[in-house]
Amino acid sequence: MTQPIKFYQTGTFTVGNRLLPEDKRTVQSSIARDNSLNSGHRACQGCGEALGARYAVDAAMRATEGQLIAANATGCLEVFSTPYPETSWQLPWIHSLFGNAAAVGSGIAAALKVKAAKAGLPEAVTRVIAQGGDGGTTDIGFGCLSGMFERNDDVLYICYDNEGYMNTGVQRSSATPPAARTATTQPLGPEPGAEFGKGKNVPLIAVAHEIPYVATATVADLHDLEAKVEKAMSLRGARYLHVFVPCPLGWGAASCDTIRLARLARETGLFPVFEAEDGEITAVTKIRRPVPVDEYLRLQKRYAHLFGAKGHPETIARIQAMADKNIKRFGLLDVEGAA
Amino acid sequence: MIKQIEGSQAVAEAVALCRPEVICAYPISPQTHIVEGLGALVKSGELVPCEFLNVESEFAAMSVAIGSSAAGARTYTATASQGLLFMVEAVYNASGLGLPIVMTVANRAIGAPINIWNDHSDSMSQRDCGWIQLFAESNQEALDLHIQAFKLAEEMSMPVMVCMDGFILTHAYEQVDMPEQAQVDAFLPPYEPRQVLDPADPVSIGAMVGPEAFMEVRYLAHAKQTMALDRIPEIADEFKEVFGRDAGGLVRGYRIDDAETIVVALGSVVGTLEETIDTLRAEGVKIGVLSIRCFRPFPMAAVRAALARTARVVVLEKSFSVGLGGIVSTDVRLAMVRIHVRGYTVVAGLGGRPITQDSLLRVLRLAVADELKNLTFLDLDWDIVNRHLAREAASRHTGPLPEALLRDIGASAPRNR
Repeated sequence: MTQPIKFYQTGTFTVGNRLLPEDKRTVQSSIARDNSLNSGHRACQGCGEALGARYAVDAAMRATEGQLIAANATGCLEVFSTPYPETSWQLPWIHSLFGNAAAVGSGIAAALKVKAAKAGLPEAVTRVIAQGGDGGTTDIGFGCLSGMFERNDDVLYICYDNEGYMNTGVQRSSATPPAARTATTQPLGPEPGAEFGKGKNVPLIAVAHEIPYVATATVADLHDLEAKVEKAMSLRGARYLHVFVPCPLGWGAASCDTIRLARLARETGLFPVFEAEDGEITAVTKIRRPVPVDEYLRLQKRYAHLFGAKGHPETIARIQAMADKNIKRFGLLDVEGAA
Repeated sequence: MIKQIEGSQAVAEAVALCRPEVICAYPISPQTHIVEGLGALVKSGELVPCEFLNVESEFAAMSVAIGSSAAGARTYTATASQGLLFMVEAVYNASGLGLPIVMTVANRAIGAPINIWNDHSDSMSQRDCGWIQLFAESNQEALDLHIQAFKLAEEMSMPVMVCMDGFILTHAYEQVDMPEQAQVDAFLPPYEPRQVLDPADPVSIGAMVGPEAFMEVRYLAHAKQTMALDRIPEIADEFKEVFGRDAGGLVRGYRIDDAETIVVALGSVVGTLEETIDTLRAEGVKIGVLSIRCFRPFPMAAVRAALARTARVVVLEKSFSVGLGGIVSTDVRLAMVRIHVRGYTVVAGLGGRPITQDSLLRVLRLAVADELKNLTFLDLDWDIVNRHLAREAASRHTGPLPEALLRDIGASAPRNR
């Protein structure tokens, strides 16, 4: 049974799955979902990564009709899902090292390709995803990731980006944004938190590899994330999905704010959501109502030093400038609403 | 088929006969010719289906191997020296996960100073990593050991490192007897993994293990290596039945039955030692050589049995533990507990320093006369060493060590001043 959607409900975030026609509902709303990352794991309350992985892997399972193998980097996702002798994974899954998930994925894909050839099949039926956090992707696993990209190995790599090394106790990664407090970028001195002008944009680096598909997504938009996984799995070759996943523990945010923070990251322009194919950006998710960055920053204790009596309004202005640059660069606003 | 080919090419052809399904290649001398040879066989269609991946580092090479082996494919790679060190984290991981990868190590020194020539420092640095380590004396044996290695690895679910001396073997053109495909197929059954990533029967591989079971996991690795001590000679026997050749096994003695002095060594230097021993035997010296063909697991009982009745053991090794001395010697000594022999360590051939029969004769004559120092560095130039020590005592600013040494001996080092 579906209910008709009223005009005022469209384009808002209140449209639940039950209001949508069945074919438009998410994988997660289906009782036939795989629960690939099953309940009972040890992720924190409100963990964005657990949520993102659950959406992404179930969507990939549906797209491949369950013919899927996952390689996992060391990190929160690995630790909270597989404390010996338990596992939350309902699909064949391997954890090798922190920095090699992409290469392990390449190896699995190579094995599957040979097995398919031996069975007289034109291509492998079973598909491969590799996944890791931002540390395992943008830093220690970057060489293997780039190698997997340039060889165009048939792997979807999913990076769950919570902007730091949360598993080891919240240290700075190359995905940590400027001004953010981490254990290795303390809110001390004249320019507290992570430095401006450092860090790297791995989605754009992935685009520069001219691989078949690159996309960013957040855990605030379930439909979008699942659709991108589905799109990725419809293609062969190296594919990259960068999912923005807030970390209540590392960011000093309320567990109930995970989705809100992910949404604000997109609506401020700090996290541009886009798709690219073969080196060209093909789609961006527009910002309907731009939000000033301080609405996003205020919810997180990692930016607490920017507010309060002393405060750092000039730092907030620099972060706003970053957001504005993204909005311009990716065309995130329609012309009439341009800031 | 009898062929006159380069050692690397012989190994490449032998590996191809084992029908590997995934091969990872990253260039490093002196291993490169092996993967080049395999790449050509895959590209030409002689070795199909096989995925040949040109990866971006040795760390990736071993990581790709881990993925493909876990997905049930027979997997091979090769490396040397810095490359082996660069992949160490994944080397330990492969054995920890019980993945039967076969890897050639074309033995080469480790820098700094950078040096591409042969010694055993690379393999020896990985003696505790949980891989089986086999050492080849000749190109024929290198070729044969690879065929045995796949069988051993897959039966034991344990990775195997076939160590062959860089350049001395890899780049030497020698006559080899290349087996027929049918022989290899008869000897080596298809790979039947103990664990495999398969959607029909999903498993989680590589889960986190805490103090409650980690000791047991490590002990089982040791227990399995101990079991391999029984299996390695059996596989050598099975190999002999099919191929009609002696190759592999744990140790091999040469003229040791009545020997009062036994030289222990690994790899290609054993051939040089055999000729040296023949010379000394002709002079009436009761001397023999024991070749350790399997270094991990260490064949404690076989070494002990071979050395039990001798008076004197000289371990000749192409590596050493800085600050201690011999590495092989330490293991040999452990095998000789409560047996009284005079033991000597001769460190030789580091960074490709030639090990000549003249030098061996000189040092072994000293050993037989018990005039050898416990730890001897064969053909070490004491003048260079002492002059440099004097320079360091006299001046703080002696600059980079290799340059200082090379300038001192008047080699082709550029003069910066």
